[in-house]
Amino acid sequence: MTDNSPEPNDLHLPANVAARRVTVDAAHWLADAQRLRDQGAGLLTLWGTDDRDRDGVFRVFAALLLPDRVVVLEHALAGGSTVYPALGHLFPVAERLQRAMYDLLGLRADAGDCRPWLRHGGWPESIFPLRRDVGATQNYAIHAKPYPFVPVSGDGVHEIAVGPVHAGTIEPGHFRFSVVGEKVLRLEERLGYAHKGIAKRFDRQPLQEGHRLAARICGDSTVAFSWAYCAALEAITGTELPRRAAALRALALERERIANHLGDLGSLGNDAGLAFGLVQFSRLKEQLVRLNHDAFGQRYLFDYLLPGGVVIDLGARMIRSMLEEAAMLEQAVPALRAIFDDHAGMQDRFRDAGLLSPELARAHGAIGLVGRASGIARDARIDLPWPPYDVLQPGRVLRSAGDVAARVQVRFDEIMDSLRLCQSLLQTLPEGPGLVPVPAAPPGRIGLGLIEGWRGPVLIALETAPDNRVRHCHAHDPSWQNWPLIEHAIIGNIVPDFPLINKSFNLAYSGHDG
Amino acid sequence: MGPVSATAYAWQLGECLLAIALAPLFAGWVGQCRAWLQNRSAPPLWQPYRVLRKLFHKDAALATHASWLFRLAPYAVFATMVVAAAIVPSVTTELPLARVADAIALVGVFATGRVFMSLAAMDVGTAFGSMGARREMMIGFLTEPALLMVLFSAFLAFGSTALPRVVEVVLRQPHIMLHPSLFFAAVAFVMVLLAENARLPVDNPTTHLELTMIHESMTLEYSGRHLALIEWAAWLKLFNYACIGFTLFMPWGIALHGAGPGLLALAIGALAAKLAVAGAALALLESVTAKLRLFRAPEFLTMAFLLAVLGLLVHLLLEV
Repeated sequence: MTDNSPEPNDLHLPANVAARRVTVDAAHWLADAQRLRDQGAGLLTLWGTDDRDRDGVFRVFAALLLPDRVVVLEHALAGGSTVYPALGHLFPVAERLQRAMYDLLGLRADAGDCRPWLRHGGWPESIFPLRRDVGATQNYAIHAKPYPFVPVSGDGVHEIAVGPVHAGTIEPGHFRFSVVGEKVLRLEERLGYAHKGIAKRFDRQPLQEGHRLAARICGDSTVAFSWAYCAALEAITGTELPRRAAALRALALERERIANHLGDLGSLGNDAGLAFGLVQFSRLKEQLVRLNHDAFGQRYLFDYLLPGGVVIDLGARMIRSMLEEAAMLEQAVPALRAIFDDHAGMQDRFRDAGLLSPELARAHGAIGLVGRASGIARDARIDLPWPPYDVLQPGRVLRSAGDVAARVQVRFDEIMDSLRLCQSLLQTLPEGPGLVPVPAAPPGRIGLGLIEGWRGPVLIALETAPDNRVRHCHAHDPSWQNWPLIEHAIIGNIVPDFPLINKSFNLAYSGHDG
Repeated sequence: MGPVSATAYAWQLGECLLAIALAPLFAGWVGQCRAWLQNRSAPPLWQPYRVLRKLFHKDAALATHASWLFRLAPYAVFATMVVAAAIVPSVTTELPLARVADAIALVGVFATGRVFMSLAAMDVGTAFGSMGARREMMIGFLTEPALLMVLFSAFLAFGSTALPRVVEVVLRQPHIMLHPSLFFAAVAFVMVLLAENARLPVDNPTTHLELTMIHESMTLEYSGRHLALIEWAAWLKLFNYACIGFTLFMPWGIALHGAGPGLLALAIGALAAKLAVAGAALALLESVTAKLRLFRAPEFLTMAFLLAVLGLLVHLLLEV
């Protein structure tokens, strides 16, 4: 990097994208975050580690995403302290990340909201599960305390509490609406119901098997998460991924993107009352995952990636089938798009619903698909390309209206672009092995994997332990950034439009709750 | 009209039982048509009966705060729909009960059902129940005037507010159906039917999204036999509305006073044919429309009201 001269504490960070690791003290933690923010950085994630067994301290890490690189700030809390400078005033997303870090590790930000976020009383207030002296198999009696939602008062204001158990079979999340009549004055989310303790489960896992757990963090982004894990491990071990394996991974990632977008478009049609849309898009998605099953042996590709490559290579017959399928989708999707675009009732529901203005999106650090529908031209596949995206040239999809209609259009555009990428990958699939061995990793190394999944950038930060095991693995889903934005996008809308707006974001519960 | 014979009471009872028995079948037919139109494989025609059997076999769970009102409402709502079925001449005009209640009373009967349903929904005190009740009342206060206007313009054309009398008038002088005012009234009636029966585009009967529901959110706290009665009452309501539509706008086939068993069988056949067509049309309408934003529903229903008033004006200006 040329724009700031490397200092002794500025180290290269093994990753699939350009990344630096900067060790800082408390003062520089804030100053560097501020300086990087002024350079256009957004906070990607925060995590902490318990290193008291090694050098007696806790550490906090902040991964910042710049237009051309990732910078990880690393701050060792001096003298066994458990307090670090808060970043919430610089990056709004930090608020919830800080609350989660306290719940799991007991490290407290020196300012900001200190209500629990992931802890719902499943473990006592004095226990911090990610600390190394806390066992992973311990059972605790559940002591749930009422959660102090922010009250809204005024004439005729009342609350509607929705979830975590819903009328349909969907994931758990609680939404507290303060409304006047049907108009939403405020929405407050309460998440964490799907917390599974994945970070704790990673502890001491064999490095060569961690990808299987990573793939299960968020079922609809399984390729993105498992690729991020593999990329981190391959970067630490210096494994050169064969170009054929990279191309096959990209194929899987783009198919995951297409499948999810197809599913979402159908659900959006259904939420607007047009069951026809649901049925047609579900049919297309089902065909796609069935071909996944034929080609890769799995419908949702949970175990398709592994460190060093992919499990199954692609034969000529399957390549032909996928090319035929892509040609079919290139006909079918625009036909359905025309129906959506021309349907007055649908457009009336989509336009101006759940508006997330570009200014608001920028101020709150919207990323991924939601950001691209609100004028934020960020796509890690284009900005920080890793093989094979360095030669693949994905098209930049951008809309600026920021409403449900814009998020629908981004999905349509991305399907078409991903179909083009899939065809390009299939036609020019490089020769060579699909899998190479990954050597044992040295202990105490940190590596990053950053993959642009269908929701946005997915990040895995991996630290190695002796005996080729995981010391710490932090997984970050882009939903962290975008969940708080729904609270803004819903304001002024009416209650019955919330499901449609929520679906247009379609954020992860499992991936977020960890 | 002379004294009511015992046969008339038999007709009356028979017609009520027919409505109660046929209503789930009609709902099943609409569901089947919807599935076909969406390229799905359809559930069997008798699926609603299976649902009823399942629900009647389950225990009814009650909220701890539920009062007698909550327990009474399913029976009350079901009863109002049966009373409505007794007034509407679906197969015969030989209805002793229809003499004491005309179509305006019928609107009141529907309103009674709505009030019970809404009060019961608010009784338990959940957010969804009150939300659904609120929305139901909003839709209700918009549909009732529109429905009354539809009925008025029809009654002006036919010269009576008693539904059996309307059928008799039309069947004796078929040319009366050529009034253009009836066309406006028919369109307005279809719009009211959609809104009153929680169909698209006003409500979505198949949704699982609790925040968007109108009718469904009032039934969320019900289970077992209570839910069965409420579902059954909803199907009866749709059936009744369809039969009101047939009475006003295509009464052909309905057996007149003094008809024999042969004509009655013909009337049942005609009803089945009309229901088949109406159900298919309803499914088609629901498959091509998206759900309206809730605050567009008043516009939709104002339009229905306006059309009915137009029908009335057309009648007064052109047809008198």
